[in-house]
Amino acid sequence: MSKKLFTYNHDRSLFPEKGQDGKPNIDLSSHKFMKIWHGPQHPGITGNMSLELTLQGDEVMDCETHVGYLHRGFEKLMERRKYIQCFPIVCRVAVPEPDFNEYCFASAMEELAGIQIPENAVWLRNLVLEMSRLQSYLMWIGGQAGSLGQGIIGQWSLYCRDLVLDRFEELTGGRIYHMYIIPGGVRGNLPDGFLKRMEETLQIIESFMKDIKKVMFNNAVFKKRTVEMGVIEKDWIYKYGITGPNARATGIAKDVRKDYPYLKYPDLDFEPVTSEYSDIYNRADVRRRDLLLSIDLIRQILAKIPLKGDIRAKTPNVLHWKVPSGETYSRAECTRGEYGYYLVSDGSEYPRRVNVRGPSYTHAVALLEDMIINENIADVAGLMVSLHTYPPEIER
Amino acid sequence: MKEILEKVKRVFPLQNIKKQRENLYFVETEKIHLVSLITNLRDINGFKHLVLLTAVDRIENGVFQLTYLLNNDELKIDLGVRVFLDRENAEMESIHHLWKQAATYQRELREMFGINFSGSPRVDKAFILEGWDGMPPYRRDFDTLKYSEETYFPRPGRSTNDPAEYMKQKMYPDE
Repeated sequence: MSKKLFTYNHDRSLFPEKGQDGKPNIDLSSHKFMKIWHGPQHPGITGNMSLELTLQGDEVMDCETHVGYLHRGFEKLMERRKYIQCFPIVCRVAVPEPDFNEYCFASAMEELAGIQIPENAVWLRNLVLEMSRLQSYLMWIGGQAGSLGQGIIGQWSLYCRDLVLDRFEELTGGRIYHMYIIPGGVRGNLPDGFLKRMEETLQIIESFMKDIKKVMFNNAVFKKRTVEMGVIEKDWIYKYGITGPNARATGIAKDVRKDYPYLKYPDLDFEPVTSEYSDIYNRADVRRRDLLLSIDLIRQILAKIPLKGDIRAKTPNVLHWKVPSGETYSRAECTRGEYGYYLVSDGSEYPRRVNVRGPSYTHAVALLEDMIINENIADVAGLMVSLHTYPPEIER
Repeated sequence: MKEILEKVKRVFPLQNIKKQRENLYFVETEKIHLVSLITNLRDINGFKHLVLLTAVDRIENGVFQLTYLLNNDELKIDLGVRVFLDRENAEMESIHHLWKQAATYQRELREMFGINFSGSPRVDKAFILEGWDGMPPYRRDFDTLKYSEETYFPRPGRSTNDPAEYMKQKMYPDE
């Protein structure tokens, strides 16, 4: 791995001394510092989130994440709704990747209720989760390139994403929110000719990904701005609760699909994508390869899916469905890392407590606030997107 | 997992050990032992990953339940450590020195449930609800209907259906 081509050493004697907490002592009345708001709109960040940056010159001295622009109180809303009424709410927790919410909520509920879902529904759930991963990565790759000045990549990848959304539309009826994985199974079977159209879509995406690799990953400007930038050390993984591609880029093969196999992942042939050094460039590369892995997994699923059989288990009347009391945690690997639902039932028709564990909760607050210090303001956007942040899952 | 729990049980009081599934257990402990128990689990028994920290309002018993969900990456096992706090003046020791992201969870619990984690960084600073000075909204006794009626206004000419009644009419008209 090549090191940074340019290094410029500031005269550190002009910078403030660090306090006991490791952050610089900032005296705003000294007029050496400037506070700016970065956000709440960002390219590549789906949702709104602000960074309150304190700068000296163009270098970040302190950072505080501000969320709350998208708080809709879903966890509280769900306590006042029956389980089936929660089902159209959960997908809205993470806007560009709703299916993981649907799956985690449904599987936690099925575990407490002791329901086994039919084989065909398991395959269909697996297919939808991988399609969701594919479209989410396509959206992210446009944001990552856009935040570093490469607008064309976003136009290509959003075209590809639209093709995946077309497939979602014919399978589920919805493009963004699918409400497909329902407690007890899924809502519908594959339409006629879906396999052929999906294969065509995958081929188009593969061909665009070759171009994206050439234009983005071999681009000198992109390399200069991302290699050795925003490094995540291996020993931060547990200290900050880092999961997903951010962790895998350090060389640790942490992947829920492999570590805690769910759905049909044990029947699929794959290895978690890793790298050796988690800077922006390598994290982007891990995500690109994970996207290609997702295409491979969709092909494997389509080759093995039974195409017939029940898609829903028999469930009680959903309006009077009392889930036995208990608590559980259900997890899945989404594009950002470990996604989970902690569900508590008190035996009534309403969930007692639902808590959503979104990976951005740890990545975009504790981790980002610490790793952004001493970076240049021009790199803040790229660094933020390289953690793959979705603010809606922070505030829910 | 049983061996770990037996070993830990010799040092810390653990109650209501429950096996939810093959790789998920829940245990209860007392408030004063919690931080040392979690430190022990993290440093000696390999539960290095804090998956989440959340609260459940058990208003009928006058307590908050805090759940610390820890994960052991080598054994691929999760352990939920539960502790109960008095609802009045709910206070808990902070664990931000063990995991950096714990400060964010504690800040949210302070805001949403009113549980104080003294010493936790920025714990009194607004996290999600800027300018909120009412009752912490995730408590069970916070009345969401009353809040929306007081805060928002009905749009003229718009009718609403009770969701439960409406679904019943559509899906089970004969019942």
